[in-house]
Amino acid sequence: MKTQTTIRFLGTVLFATLVSSSATHAQLGLPRTGLPQQGGEAIYKGICQGCHMPDAKGAVGAGMYPALANNPKLETAGYPISVIIHGQKAMPVFGAAFSDQQIADVVNYIRTHFGNSYQDKVTPEDVKSAR
Amino acid sequence: MIDETPVSRRSILKLIGASAGSAAMYQAMTEMGYAATSDFNGPIKLSGARKGASVLVLGAGIAGMVAAYELRKAGYKVQILEYNDRPGGRNWSLYGGDKYTELGGVTQDVQFAKGLYFNPGPWRIPYHHQGILHYCQMLNVPMENFVMVNNSAYIHSSRAFGGQPKRYREVVSDYDGYISELLAKATSQDKLDAALDKDEKDGLLQMLRRWGALDQNYEYKKSDDASNMRGYDRPPGGGLDSLPVNSDLLPRKGLFSSTMWISLYLNKSWDFQGTLFQPVGGMGMIGKLFGKLLQGVIKYDCKVTNIHQDEKGVTVTYVDAKKGGAPQTAHANWCVCTIPATVLSQIPMNVGTPLKNAINSLSYIPAAKVGLQFKRRFWEQDDAIYGGNTYTDQPIFNISYPSHGFFDKGPAVLLGAYSFANINSYTFEGQSAKEMVAAALEQGSRIHPQYKTEFQNGVAVSWHRVPWTLGCSGGWTDENRARHYDNMCAVDNRIVLAGEHCSRLPAWQEGAVLSSLDAIKRLHQRALAA
Repeated sequence: MKTQTTIRFLGTVLFATLVSSSATHAQLGLPRTGLPQQGGEAIYKGICQGCHMPDAKGAVGAGMYPALANNPKLETAGYPISVIIHGQKAMPVFGAAFSDQQIADVVNYIRTHFGNSYQDKVTPEDVKSAR
Repeated sequence: MIDETPVSRRSILKLIGASAGSAAMYQAMTEMGYAATSDFNGPIKLSGARKGASVLVLGAGIAGMVAAYELRKAGYKVQILEYNDRPGGRNWSLYGGDKYTELGGVTQDVQFAKGLYFNPGPWRIPYHHQGILHYCQMLNVPMENFVMVNNSAYIHSSRAFGGQPKRYREVVSDYDGYISELLAKATSQDKLDAALDKDEKDGLLQMLRRWGALDQNYEYKKSDDASNMRGYDRPPGGGLDSLPVNSDLLPRKGLFSSTMWISLYLNKSWDFQGTLFQPVGGMGMIGKLFGKLLQGVIKYDCKVTNIHQDEKGVTVTYVDAKKGGAPQTAHANWCVCTIPATVLSQIPMNVGTPLKNAINSLSYIPAAKVGLQFKRRFWEQDDAIYGGNTYTDQPIFNISYPSHGFFDKGPAVLLGAYSFANINSYTFEGQSAKEMVAAALEQGSRIHPQYKTEFQNGVAVSWHRVPWTLGCSGGWTDENRARHYDNMCAVDNRIVLAGEHCSRLPAWQEGAVLSSLDAIKRLHQRALAA
């Protein structure tokens, strides 16, 4: 894809995102450039909380954002991994923008915070095999 | 002057115009690419709806109101159900006294002075968006010029020139100058002989000298010619002691290793070419006037919870969006659904798998805007900037000065941040409204130091927290569009979708209009054939 080629050529994240912000009208796609944040908490605050809310309780309007707080669906780590990689309805596809490590970190973060306490850790290898 | 080619397009058109009249000339112009605008083909003319036939429109945004207006004119009985308590949808302006409650429950009280506003959503209309412009004219929405390019506005890079903002005219002239110099030198030193014949070389060199303000040796230097492009340290004056003082060029290394070109390239695209317009009094004026025209047709505060179709018609279940309470139903023969895909994917609806999959495949892009009110127009009074856009590599990305109210002495509102459609936009819009206003002030003050003393109040809208859209606009990728776009637009029995997400102009109101016109045309055909 043309936009992607330009982005690769430019290399750095900040410059690349500026280019994509001027993307043509036909190409307002999903994030494909690298996410600068590292570590579960920083990634949650940098990306997830905009919809799932800082307290991870989600929100309801004409549609809703599911709560991650006290969410039994997080028991199976494969579920959030898959939703982050592939997206689901209003949830964007983040697979291309996140590294395996970043996905593992944020999944580990949400599974051990906000009233969740699942102790089995996800590794970047788990994420890789889910891609 | 460069000679025209012997038989120019213009002379052909003249000939056609003289011999075949203006209609033929217009057609020829269109074919030759002169008069091309969006694919709006003039007002739609639907007529002859079956007696008693009815349509339920979901959503009173631009797409929904266009559909309702045109279908009512065609003879259908029409009702709109709208989630908000106002018409317009994303066509929306915030005025002093307004309250806005976002997802998560935070309410902002807009404190702008009387008459001042901020457009959280669409804010400019290029001249070729003839569909939305048609409805603006129909509704008698007064329009004014939107200033897109201002050579006096700034381009700022935190990594170039010590973070000092540079005027657009300096950046564009110096890019032109240095690029022309390099190209002219390569050409004159015969390094491009494999690519260019003698005539081309001569023509190119002639052009580059003027284009880049080069001297006789094809060098771009501090000079009268360069200052005539990039501006002066002291401009030419009158009377005694009036000699101009030429300005220093930006060093080439700093310029070429920066990303300042991004701000220049943006303006070159078709979407942002002038003339651009804005409605007088805020973009939301379109929605307001359309809503007035459709008074009695729109039922507000309706949160749709179920959409069901059978062989006779469509039944939509909804609850009061504010008070909740017992579900109510509305029924019609046909349905135009403009509910954003992000919301629609969460509403039970019995449509076929192709449409269902299309709806489920589409998430919406991130975007956030901040409006800031200042005590005075310091950008005009101190910096001689009248409208237009400043760009920065900071997260706020864009400052836009009001294209209206020039020279007013009172307070004014400018766009203090516009983060759009990139991974960092999630981070920007993930901040609280207060944090976004603070970020806009902090980052903007690196370009305009006056920010800190002149600031009065601000409002911030994060599009992923807008309760009725869950994002800015359809985030189509090429791959996703190839798989799902046609299915998204196809009529599914008695239901058709419309909105910017069903167009190839995502995030533009023109996309909403064109999508709506196409959808109702096909629905009308289906209704007549049924």
